[in-house]
Amino acid sequence: MRTIRRDWLAGSALIALGAVAVAMIEALLSDYLVTLACIALIYVMLTVSLQVTNGLTGLFSLGHPAFMTIGAYVAAILTYPTQRKGFMMPDLPPWLATQQWDLLPAMLIGAAAATLSAVIVGFCVLRLKGHYLAVATLGLIIIVRVVINNLDGYTRGGLGLSGVARLTDLWWVYAWTVLAVYVAWRIKHASLGRAMLAIRENEMAARCMGIDVFRTRLLAFVLGAFFAGIAGALMVHLVSVITPGSYGIPLAFNLVVMVVIGGTGSITGGIVAAVAISLLGEALKPFEETLELYGLSQVLIALGLILMLRLRPQGLFGSGEGTYLLGRARRAPQAAT
Amino acid sequence: MLEITDLHVRRGATHVLRGVSLAVGEGEIATLIGPNGAGKTTLLLTISGLLPVQSGAVSYRVDGEERALGNLPAERIVAAGIVQCPEGRQVFASLTVRENLLVGAYRRRARDDLRDDLERCYGLFPILRARQALSAGSLSGGEQMMLAIGRALMARPRLLLLDEPSLGLAPQVVETILDTVLEINRAGTTVLLVEQNAELALEIADRGYVMETGRIVHAGTGEALLDDPAVKQAYLGIAP
Amino acid sequence: MSQYYLQQLINGLMLGSLYALVAIGFSMIYGIVRLINFAHGDVLMIGAFATLALVAAGTPWLLVAPVVLLTGVLAGITIEQAVFRPIRGAPQVTGFIATLALSVMIENGGVMLLSPQPRNFLFPDVMRTRVPIGPATVSLTDLVIIATTLVLAGVLVLIVRRTRLGMAMRATAENLPVARLMGINVNRTIMAAFALGSALAAIAGLLWGGRFGQIDPLMGLAPGLKAFVACVIGGVGSIGGAMLGGYLLGLGEVLFVGLLPPEYSGYRDAFVFATLIVVLLVLPNGLLGRSEEERA
Repeated sequence: MRTIRRDWLAGSALIALGAVAVAMIEALLSDYLVTLACIALIYVMLTVSLQVTNGLTGLFSLGHPAFMTIGAYVAAILTYPTQRKGFMMPDLPPWLATQQWDLLPAMLIGAAAATLSAVIVGFCVLRLKGHYLAVATLGLIIIVRVVINNLDGYTRGGLGLSGVARLTDLWWVYAWTVLAVYVAWRIKHASLGRAMLAIRENEMAARCMGIDVFRTRLLAFVLGAFFAGIAGALMVHLVSVITPGSYGIPLAFNLVVMVVIGGTGSITGGIVAAVAISLLGEALKPFEETLELYGLSQVLIALGLILMLRLRPQGLFGSGEGTYLLGRARRAPQAAT
Repeated sequence: MLEITDLHVRRGATHVLRGVSLAVGEGEIATLIGPNGAGKTTLLLTISGLLPVQSGAVSYRVDGEERALGNLPAERIVAAGIVQCPEGRQVFASLTVRENLLVGAYRRRARDDLRDDLERCYGLFPILRARQALSAGSLSGGEQMMLAIGRALMARPRLLLLDEPSLGLAPQVVETILDTVLEINRAGTTVLLVEQNAELALEIADRGYVMETGRIVHAGTGEALLDDPAVKQAYLGIAP
Repeated sequence: MSQYYLQQLINGLMLGSLYALVAIGFSMIYGIVRLINFAHGDVLMIGAFATLALVAAGTPWLLVAPVVLLTGVLAGITIEQAVFRPIRGAPQVTGFIATLALSVMIENGGVMLLSPQPRNFLFPDVMRTRVPIGPATVSLTDLVIIATTLVLAGVLVLIVRRTRLGMAMRATAENLPVARLMGINVNRTIMAAFALGSALAAIAGLLWGGRFGQIDPLMGLAPGLKAFVACVIGGVGSIGGAMLGGYLLGLGEVLFVGLLPPEYSGYRDAFVFATLIVVLLVLPNGLLGRSEEERA
């Protein structure tokens, strides 16, 4: 009983601390830095939800960007100002063209669209293993991009949507990120999480233990897609622009990097890696400009991944949560007595 | 010819070989028997260079020269004349029978004697000649065993390592195989035979070793071990 | 046969040839190390840019092809030694991530050093002559592409089926530890497979650039992925399967665009990847492949 209460206290304390940090950032830092903080948190949400799909369940899915795109476009179309909607997206049915929604309902519908797609896609591809699943989900990214590109009456195709309302703010992002982390944390430390790990380690054995492998995989896949849809909606309302290729293979790669470097299956690791890598990418951008070496940040990130795979393949925190760092602090007082 | 001293080998986290010492004299048939999981296959894989040595020595004396095999790469060990016929036969199913035999001779530089050696193999195992253009995967278990041995012979081994040749084969086929092994030995090849079928192995062996959980627990001549009451009870199914 | 249909057929065979060249190399590498080489498409890009550099330096065209082949060999060996060798024995997913990272590095390295702007690249004028076939004419470029593919594929089949190296590659692909017991130097054999496969991809880059006129550092990604699709269709691990898959995919793409009304032609890439998913579910071993591993 005491440990559960302690966990609740620790969690609430962390969330409260985070809220204080958010308030300070909003109040004190420039718009650019606030946007940066939003982006970093969105990446945290993406990474943490990917940890559930890839890290815990071992489904090597690269599909997150596809679900982000779906969530983003659906939400953006719903919130788009009606004055320009009919002109920008002429094929939209009139009942849609006259609507202009708020962020939250639009986001939820976007995420619902992403989730529904994930269910359909999941039935098709989740039976595949290992790198075959990876390439199939890569194919999904391409299929989504092509479809959105070609439905240009609804989406403006290759021209992309610009002028999307800037509705995201740091509080929204923080709230959803906390939710994503919470969901992932709870799953991981519950029997569902253990079932997922079992499937990752030895599917045959998991099946023999009565775990419904397909349903668990589908659940992991769909849950990841839901948060990807939310993340996409948040992102598009932050940067105001989206094209069919905005969230594509490079993003898929960067997410994989964050999952691997953080440690597959580690929530804390995912958070640390997501923040570090997204900030690093941004920090390097000015160097890229001055040195005229565009793509440098990507090369360095890729190099970092290869080195990590060679030297410490389990990532920073492996499958754990970095408690070994705490462990040393806990043990020290005892040694003194 | 082959002398193993206090060999320790790990596979992953498991300490499989815990101080194994044995010797195989030139020209003889030595056999290594023991239960499943004792480490017999591990020992053969280590001799052939597929597994690294933790500590201990593997020494090979041939033509007056002595070499430490230790951590030599597998290709060099084959070149030195030690050839293994692995557990489960493991012929290359995607190659034909003839190609399997030729791949056995991969290491050899002098390619002219190849045809003669092929003929010799076909002489020893006529069925292989009949099936030479077929894919090795289509052969029966016994035929695959013959192919595996033939493939090993193509490398002109000085020391032939056989890992459980009788596994999964009918008794009559096993007898034929072991008769062939005797013939090969008489023609001058030293043999180290790992077997689960203790009785047959000890019958043809000059020297025998019994391995349990990574250590040699009994050693002696083939005959002596056949008469040894402890061996009889544990491995020959004969009540005391 | 009317000009239109002949042109479509030739287009399909030409595209199929390019896919087949890349797919063969991909399949060889997959067969021997059981890993998807994401950077294989980027070798095509390297070959294309090498051609550009050689031509700009004034190299006569007869020398360009052999040098490009050599460039491919070097690229393949470097990739194998730098990324594949160190992770041998690691789980399949690790390998996939590592080659994906390698591909990102090469592509962004190209963007970094060469700028993402496409460059123009033209074959000598003679390649534009039209060759009469029956009542219609066909561009010499297309015929050269098809012929080169068939010749190189033939050479490769000869190497794999008739030479000592080929035997070693087949044995290593089937059972690496036992191949070592035969005295085969598996490290060198694997390196050779990478070298040969990458040489083919580099030549495909030369042909691709000449045919489509434009090259850029990211050009390798799509052909690389499509080569994978071709291998899955034809059966992974076999040269015949890769060729069959490549030609089927090329003809299929051209047919798709040719038969459907023009509004749908933008969907061709979606069609390719939808085919991938369908084939993986319905025919996991492809048309000619052997069932050696679990894919589904």
